[in-house]
Amino acid sequence: MTQVHLTFIDFSILGLYIAFVIGIGFALKRQMKTSADFFLSGRNIPAWVTGLAFLSANLGALELVGMAASGAKYGIATCHFYWVGAIPAMVFLAVFMMPFYYGSKARSVPEYLKLRFDERARAFNSISFAVMTIFASGISLNALAKLLNQLLSWDYNICLWVCSLIVLLYVLKGGLTSAIYTEVLQFFMIVLGFAPVVWLGLRDAGGWNAVKDKLEGVATHPVTYNLVSDSSKTFQPDAWTHAWIPLLGGPSANPMGVDVFAIVFGLGFVLSFGYWCTNFLVVQRAMAAKDMKAARNTPLVAAVPKMLFPLLVILPGMIALALTATAGKEYRLPQAVITQAHMTPALGAIKQLATSGADLTTASKALSVVAGVSFNDAKISELLKSPETLSSSDQQLAIRLQDAVVNDYDGVILSLVKRYCPTGMLGLALTALLASFMSGMAGNVTAFNTVWTYDLYQAYIAPNKSDDHYAWMGRVVTVAGILLSIAAAYFASMWTNAMDIIQLVFGFVNAPLFATFLLGMFWSRTTATGAFIGLVSGTAASALFHACSISQGNIPGVKGAYLAKLVVLPSDMAQNFWLASFAFTVCFVLTVVISLATKRVKSDEELKGLVYSLTPKPKVDQAWFARPEFIGIVLLIVCVYFNYLFW
Amino acid sequence: MGLDIRFPIGMMFTLLGLILLATGFFTSGDAAMYQQSLGLNVNLWWGGFLLLFGGVMWGFAILGKNKNP
Repeated sequence: MTQVHLTFIDFSILGLYIAFVIGIGFALKRQMKTSADFFLSGRNIPAWVTGLAFLSANLGALELVGMAASGAKYGIATCHFYWVGAIPAMVFLAVFMMPFYYGSKARSVPEYLKLRFDERARAFNSISFAVMTIFASGISLNALAKLLNQLLSWDYNICLWVCSLIVLLYVLKGGLTSAIYTEVLQFFMIVLGFAPVVWLGLRDAGGWNAVKDKLEGVATHPVTYNLVSDSSKTFQPDAWTHAWIPLLGGPSANPMGVDVFAIVFGLGFVLSFGYWCTNFLVVQRAMAAKDMKAARNTPLVAAVPKMLFPLLVILPGMIALALTATAGKEYRLPQAVITQAHMTPALGAIKQLATSGADLTTASKALSVVAGVSFNDAKISELLKSPETLSSSDQQLAIRLQDAVVNDYDGVILSLVKRYCPTGMLGLALTALLASFMSGMAGNVTAFNTVWTYDLYQAYIAPNKSDDHYAWMGRVVTVAGILLSIAAAYFASMWTNAMDIIQLVFGFVNAPLFATFLLGMFWSRTTATGAFIGLVSGTAASALFHACSISQGNIPGVKGAYLAKLVVLPSDMAQNFWLASFAFTVCFVLTVVISLATKRVKSDEELKGLVYSLTPKPKVDQAWFARPEFIGIVLLIVCVYFNYLFW
Repeated sequence: MGLDIRFPIGMMFTLLGLILLATGFFTSGDAAMYQQSLGLNVNLWWGGFLLLFGGVMWGFAILGKNKNP
């Protein structure tokens, strides 16, 4: 990645932002008196603030980087993460689940599980959640420090520590309130920092219709741009520009390699509802709202910008791909560069491999070791087969070899920032990147310190201490959480596979969770034993599914099938969605069966406010158009319309 | 609520807008610099927009304060 230089102006923008987030932390310090102020922000925040924070906490740097990457890789089908996944789940949370979370006075999601079931479900959920949040913030910390290092050649370690220190300062001073308030500021920073980049990109590419035209050309020759590793692979022209039609043709007809069922059930129902409705990181924001109305409105407020986010995060990836396919733009999707020192031996190696007639897999592997980068097999095989390889000049061969390097999709968003931003705007865009990272990290840290203090420390280690003690513990564990995140970041940086494994484990834990909540909230017969065994077996089932399945073209190991190769799926994405569907089903069925076989311990009276059928309907004092049900339906209609628009 | 978040947001974007506006103003003759952004002086335009956004946020904050002091 070529580097950019920041000027005084860029630094002053960055500095101003940092001064404001820390300033907010200090301004809120006076209000942090009890542990409830620190962990729950005293429950007095209006809905628009918690709503934007709800969104921002989820919007880590990884989402910005990752969604742009998927936009280039899969095209508009990436929007399913928003229009099939997030929005319906957020509406469901607001309409059906929030009354129980907020009304039960539980201080966290695991605590709700304790009230509804018993300590076992709570302990399982809070431990897995605590571990997950630490790794999640570690992964994004590592990603950020790497990006800053590559782009600005700032020292990796300094980036890591300074960024964490800033987050630490404002969370420590102002607790959850400060995290929520800064998240709102960060939300605007992210949107206003990236919007001009997307706009310039779109203008450069010649508008949306020109982007569409180009992507239709790309879809019929995907191997030209290293989008697939099989030279005979082609798609219908609409593969990148339609969201549903390519899915109807089955996994081989779309770049994501998935079918409609995997998207609708696996992503839309299991994964998205599991994430948005049960992840304390986001639910905590809604729980901090000032009253029940505000709590239910939180996800609805968040849904509006969320619905439009594809414009900000997915479109740039599509623009980048279109620019790559436009002659004369001198842009291509970022790739790792073969350094001069590696190029000479790599040229020697390819000539030698071409003469010896080594088979493709061996050759490609040997070549990537020599060149220090990964290659697209289709292009390497072309090079090996064509007789000109041996006769062409080194210079020509070097160009073709560099062209065969796989795309670094994660670099897409920053490559656009570099392309379009002069000093000034550059500072703004980088600040937006930093803001997205900090909002995600602060979200993880505040969720972690609450779960640790209330669900693990107070519940199992030191019950019946004074409130001051827990407030003190919250501060200690905030520091500890940040230090653990830093450790997790180093862990992720040292071992490339670490990231894959961690994300895999997230999948194991998240996939079955929604079944437990769904049954717990809407079926009063669900017993604590049923829920616990269901949850644990669901998690085990997803690990087992992973151990026995693999996606096409992957080698058994970290990517799956290390026990047996029973199921072969068309893509990583499909493996992920089917795994979730399987885990959910196992958890659901087992919870039902065991619940029927065991006796419920809690009485109807105890479950009041926790289960739908046992809770008296609250009196409605809102006009029909202000009710969450109505707003939710409107949001869903708009969402359906978007799906139809890009059908 | 002790702190109305609209104040800091308004203040920050006003300042950011001013920085970008000033940058845009002083570099307005620099065609080479803005070749990158397709010949548009983005600092000037976007700086102006941020200033406006900051002002509106600030305005809402003041309105809110007058309503519930």
